[in-house]
Amino acid sequence: MSFSWTRVRAITVKELRDYRRNRFVIGTMTVLPLLFIILPMIQLFNANAKTDTTNLNLHIGLSLLYMLVIPAFLPSSLSAYSIVGEREQGTLEPVLITPIRREEFLIGKALAAFAPTIVIAYIVFGIFLAAAALFAHPAITTAIYARTHVLVQLLFTPLLAGWAIWVGIAVSARSTDMRVAQQLSVLGTLPLLAILALISLNVITVSTALAVGLAAALLAIDLLAWRAVAAVFDRERLITGTRT
Amino acid sequence: MRRPGEMPVTSEPAPEVTSRAEPITDASTLDGAKGECAVVVEHLTKHFGERVAFDDVSFEVGYGEVFGFLGPNGAGKTTTVRTLGTLLAPTSGSATVAGIELCPENGPAIRSRISIMPESPGLYLRLTVMENLECFAGLYELDDIRGRIDRALRAVNLADRGTDQCGALSKGLRQRVALARALLNDPAVLFLDEPTSGLDPVATHEVHELIGSLREKGVTIFLTTHRLQEAERLCHRVAILSTTLRLIGRPHDLRDQLFSRSLDVRVRTRLEDPDAVLGGLPGVEGWEQAPSGYTLAVSDPEIAAPQVARALVGAGADILSLAESRHSLEDVYLELINEDVEAKNR
Repeated sequence: MSFSWTRVRAITVKELRDYRRNRFVIGTMTVLPLLFIILPMIQLFNANAKTDTTNLNLHIGLSLLYMLVIPAFLPSSLSAYSIVGEREQGTLEPVLITPIRREEFLIGKALAAFAPTIVIAYIVFGIFLAAAALFAHPAITTAIYARTHVLVQLLFTPLLAGWAIWVGIAVSARSTDMRVAQQLSVLGTLPLLAILALISLNVITVSTALAVGLAAALLAIDLLAWRAVAAVFDRERLITGTRT
Repeated sequence: MRRPGEMPVTSEPAPEVTSRAEPITDASTLDGAKGECAVVVEHLTKHFGERVAFDDVSFEVGYGEVFGFLGPNGAGKTTTVRTLGTLLAPTSGSATVAGIELCPENGPAIRSRISIMPESPGLYLRLTVMENLECFAGLYELDDIRGRIDRALRAVNLADRGTDQCGALSKGLRQRVALARALLNDPAVLFLDEPTSGLDPVATHEVHELIGSLREKGVTIFLTTHRLQEAERLCHRVAILSTTLRLIGRPHDLRDQLFSRSLDVRVRTRLEDPDAVLGGLPGVEGWEQAPSGYTLAVSDPEIAAPQVARALVGAGADILSLAESRHSLEDVYLELINEDVEAKNR
């Protein structure tokens, strides 16, 4: 039996339906982006176009960093719940009894966390760009619309989400407690976020080539992470709690 | 009254299934499997480190058979089911499930041809009944999903509850949804793991009715339970597991095998010399005192009963009742499990 996108879809659709009916998930997906659209706006409108370039870049960098916090943190709780949560609810065993392969199960789970994250992150970024174009000083708007800033946001949003999701699922597959899984998955996203913070705050000056290079590296890391998660996914351990 | 002699573990072939009703859904998965056993287990063993879950278990289950798998808590029943369902890898031994050899590479193929209903229904409680079943129909890559769901819901008498949220259903109804889920793919073998665990008597009765109707339709069912009446009522054959397989056979055969046939006699007043009255009667192999009379070991109750009645009347006894003893599967089970407990204590 080969890889089946029908089974992947079944898992993803089920997850998305479950999110839609879960007040906690809806709350998290609403409050976090709301917070991360208000904070950059404050940064944006507090920035004085006449201040020196370094300070201006700092304000803009902080604003854009808030945008990247969304794909880093939003999927963490979802992916951290994905396996240990099902295990606690007793819904994991019936799924593992079906012909689904672990790769299909993991991709299905990942897509369910990925899709809403990307949609929300891009919408928030779109609102931010629109607000900058409409209300910010032209000098600030020009700086925000700089090619590398937009490129970093567009490229790193899905890649950062991918990293956060695989870290969350990996932790979820090995954890026995949902709370611990959620804490560890958030911690797991911090190293990459730290690098992006250095880029956003211009500590590391990024050219277009470097941004693309870093994105390619992160893509490779995401793909490796998927294989690593598939390797640690052990049906027997998940069902019995016993190592094979 | 226990029959003397050793108690062998017998493994008899599955009864021949002469007829099979239409499957639950239109597409039968049994084509090409006719004439084979649904499950063949040979010397299967599963250890978790030092702990033995089950050891050297061998049996066969025929297509269309309802096979009861009994045993106390921790006997290894659920682990056996999980192993046959490819969720756990056996430590040693071999098995064939739905005509496919049990090995890691065949996991998806085996799982596509069987269904396991775990002890806990494991439904997505925020989703509706229909959405739960749609998810699993997708996981089995089934065609005509809506038609199959409708038929599965009808089979468990839930045709009008498809839009109900699972979290709002009673425990018994959730169990029925889990059963509908297990029927979706027309399994060649349906494993039911403690299907009535935690249910009240009414819900238990409903589940029994459903299993009974599946039995009538010729669905192969592997039923693990420690409810002995359930097994006695529903199963063609039963196996008793207590880490090792202790006994296997038809319930009435197990009774005959484990217990001698006997007559229960109730009398108003005890006989002065019972051995003189009962001891030498034709067909009576022995007797022992019972709380309100006597229990007689007999070779054939139909021959012995009239002799016993005449002898008692002749001795001036007032007979209140005279009947063949009825040992239940529970008696068989308790006898075996008590043997195990005594063996462990020695």
